[in-house]
Amino acid sequence: MAQFTLPKNSKYTEGKTWPKPAGASNVQEFRIYRWNPDDGANPRIDTYYVDRDDCGPMVLDALLWIKNNVDSTLVFRRSCREGICGSCAMNIMGGNTLACTLGIDDCASDSIKIYPLPHMPVLKDLVPDLTSFFAQHASIQPWLQTETAEPEKEWRQTPEERSKLDGLYECILCACCTTSCPSYWWNGDRFLGPAALLQAYRWLIDSRDEATGERLDNLHDPFRLYRCHTIMNCANTCPKGLNPAKAIAEVKKMMVARAV
Amino acid sequence: MADNRADTRVSMRTPLARVKGLGAAGHGVEHWWVHRVTAVANVPLIIAFVIIVASLAASPSYQDAIAIISHPLIAIILLLAVLSVVNHMRLGMQIIIEDYVHEKGYKIAALIANNFYAAIIGVACLYAILKVSLGRILV
Repeated sequence: MAQFTLPKNSKYTEGKTWPKPAGASNVQEFRIYRWNPDDGANPRIDTYYVDRDDCGPMVLDALLWIKNNVDSTLVFRRSCREGICGSCAMNIMGGNTLACTLGIDDCASDSIKIYPLPHMPVLKDLVPDLTSFFAQHASIQPWLQTETAEPEKEWRQTPEERSKLDGLYECILCACCTTSCPSYWWNGDRFLGPAALLQAYRWLIDSRDEATGERLDNLHDPFRLYRCHTIMNCANTCPKGLNPAKAIAEVKKMMVARAV
Repeated sequence: MADNRADTRVSMRTPLARVKGLGAAGHGVEHWWVHRVTAVANVPLIIAFVIIVASLAASPSYQDAIAIISHPLIAIILLLAVLSVVNHMRLGMQIIIEDYVHEKGYKIAALIANNFYAAIIGVACLYAILKVSLGRILV
């Protein structure tokens, strides 16, 4: 059966409470998931206090402040700090989002809780193993495929045809949507998940692509595509405001269009 | 070791090979489409079914009830309702089993049981309707 409780060795325990910054008047509490693959212990929740007057406005700023000033062993991914690289995706206050684009004030909580992306194998602390996620993206062959001889310049597209890619090309593959999807939690080894399917639709709807039928063949499967039950967590959680659920619905419509 | 991953055995297959698995099954659109078509059909059929059952409950005698079901139009609506509802139920339950039951043996057994259950319920309902409605003509 699908697992509705955490395995024994994934159940977290109360961790360490780190000292409050001395002399700080504006302090924010953070409760952060910690797990070290080397110590054999269960995950724990550490409590940190951040001096807001010495820290930037975003949750990522707070994580960096903790790493610089309190606990250098805290592990997380980050790179661009402006919502375009997708590295700092994590579960903050129960929702998957990018730590760099979520304001500490927007959390509006006395105690901000931060966990890794749900239901993925954890490598360390807030870093999930996204190997399978990226392999699923590769499996939909996210590149232009053509048979017609290449034109001397670029493949041409009308402005209208180009506009169909809006709301799709912006995806940064942060995995917030895919790891928020219950269908992906239960069948992530066979269901491609919202991010890969949104990208699949991005190439299905591209007027320049000549492999539309083969792409649909590749998705025509009860698990790869049809595990999507329109739960809509993906659209709710996307930090870029995209709608993977709608893209998947469009793929299902294309499946019917060629069958009926 | 308990683990959330479906397969935690050590493997040297590439991640892409694991994701591609046995390839696309090449079906699924029929299941999805028939599930939608029966959902649409269920709306008028279930409204009619409720009205028919209410009129049966309100009918003064057993003979009146048999007369209602023996009416060709009502018998045909009931037969269609059974076909549509039972098929919709079978398709929906199959999705739930595929979602939540992962052990291979349990899964195959549950899928077979689901089909048997739908077939038995469906045939029993069809038999009952036909017996009541045709019985009056044949006798």
